[in-house]
Amino acid sequence: MFQPIANPTTKPVAPKFGDKDLIRRSASNITPAAQRQPEVAKLIDVSKCIGCKACQVACLEWNNLVEEVGINVGVYDNPHDLTPNTWTLMRYSEYQNPESGNLEWLIRKDGCMHCEDPGCLKACPAPGAIVQYSNGIVDFVHDNCIGCGYCVKGCPFNIPRISKVDNKAYKCSLCVDRVAVGQGPACQKACPTQAIVFGTKDEMKKWADFRIKDLKSRGFKNAGLYDPPGVSGTHVMYVLQHADKPQIYANLANNPSISPVVEIWKGVTKYAGLAAMGAFVAIGFLHHIIAGPNRVSAEDEKNAEKLTEGKA
Amino acid sequence: MTTAYDVERGDQVHPGNPVTVDRYTTGARINHWITATCLILLALSGLALFHPSLFFLTGLFGDGQNTRAIHPWIGVVLFFSFAGLFIRFWKANLWRREDGTWMARLHDVLTGNEEKLPEVGKYNAGQKVVFWSMSILIITLIVSGFVIWDQYFSEYSTIPQKRVAVLVHALAAVAIICVWIVHVYAAIWVRGTIGAMTRGKVTGGWAWRHHRKWLRELVGGKKA
Repeated sequence: MFQPIANPTTKPVAPKFGDKDLIRRSASNITPAAQRQPEVAKLIDVSKCIGCKACQVACLEWNNLVEEVGINVGVYDNPHDLTPNTWTLMRYSEYQNPESGNLEWLIRKDGCMHCEDPGCLKACPAPGAIVQYSNGIVDFVHDNCIGCGYCVKGCPFNIPRISKVDNKAYKCSLCVDRVAVGQGPACQKACPTQAIVFGTKDEMKKWADFRIKDLKSRGFKNAGLYDPPGVSGTHVMYVLQHADKPQIYANLANNPSISPVVEIWKGVTKYAGLAAMGAFVAIGFLHHIIAGPNRVSAEDEKNAEKLTEGKA
Repeated sequence: MTTAYDVERGDQVHPGNPVTVDRYTTGARINHWITATCLILLALSGLALFHPSLFFLTGLFGDGQNTRAIHPWIGVVLFFSFAGLFIRFWKANLWRREDGTWMARLHDVLTGNEEKLPEVGKYNAGQKVVFWSMSILIITLIVSGFVIWDQYFSEYSTIPQKRVAVLVHALAAVAIICVWIVHVYAAIWVRGTIGAMTRGKVTGGWAWRHHRKWLRELVGGKKA
């Protein structure tokens, strides 16, 4: 068993990190915090998940969210997708293992992966609407959010959702408010099987190694850690029984990265675009200085008079 | 009375000293300035979301949320307004043989050697390029704009489609702003032009110098 995080004291605790610990701020030039706090991570061990949805409930509770009553369409997923209120969602997949012939029930807790290289933050046009703390947490600052949906296009995991009520983007905050005072996220606290554990990223990798060895000893020879390098690693990681086939876990992205289209849009287009407009203005100025205005001469007016009089 | 392809409704010569020529009707001018206002507002609100250094432009529209909300609606107004201009002007902007010659002698255009240029109708090749570029870019912008208008249309496209649309939208916007700069500069550089879109009139000399074929057609048409 992983050593659980102790319950908090009843006395107020000062936050351990804040604005001075930012390493990235959307649409802003900031000096990243000189010293990084130890990187944190949430480890989701799919092999231990029993699909009880306690994490989903805890997330709603802690973040004071209410989900609409939905309809059952014959699957366990409830609601059917992430929403502005459902920041984490159990996704259930039935997988027939071709080697063992066993039917495996793969239950993946979906939600923000807190990428080290966050596509949402890269895409965001609103200064300070998305921030990344030095411990790796990527958070949306709703006061600065303009609801454009660019984060949706930037995200390689299809996570942010725009509220139709206040037109702002929502996703898992990794319970940044709890982590700041030394607690783990609400979902982790509620998990009855320790399928969700929380700590520093190093601790989590070590724990994951232990779990992967255990799974391999039980015949899951492709068991492994999902910490995709395409986004420079994530601060939410999975232990997967079949790490060679992430797509069988409700289409978990296989080797995700920020889309090249987004990179072009937010990279060369931004600078080349401004340069092109500036160049057109500059060429206009230069041309006017060199060529001078194109004026109608008195002769032109006379010719026009001749033409009209001659024919009128 | 037979009218040439490029003589638009309301175009008329008034003999005198100087000769004046009616170039744009009141309706066409109002139509033009509604489109112009929309285009400028779209450029300002769009640029605010295009580059972080221009985000302060959202202040002109209230705040970021308002800018995001109003930009697509201005786009819809511009689309219909420009459609009005398109219906008015498309025929006179059809490509003619002399336009190729004019384009080939662009150097003479820019250096003011107008005597070396062919006589052109109501629009020269440069104006026609601006007209058709605007038309194509506005269609590109409205289509890509709908794909990324998430407030109402988010469920009609996939995220990969939206990514392409947002890139296309940005590139088309840069292009149309550049075309707009050419359009405005040409109107300033060629003196006597702006009056066409304010009072609706140009002088006979302006028409003789820049659109002689059109002037001849107007004078000839009058006789017939």
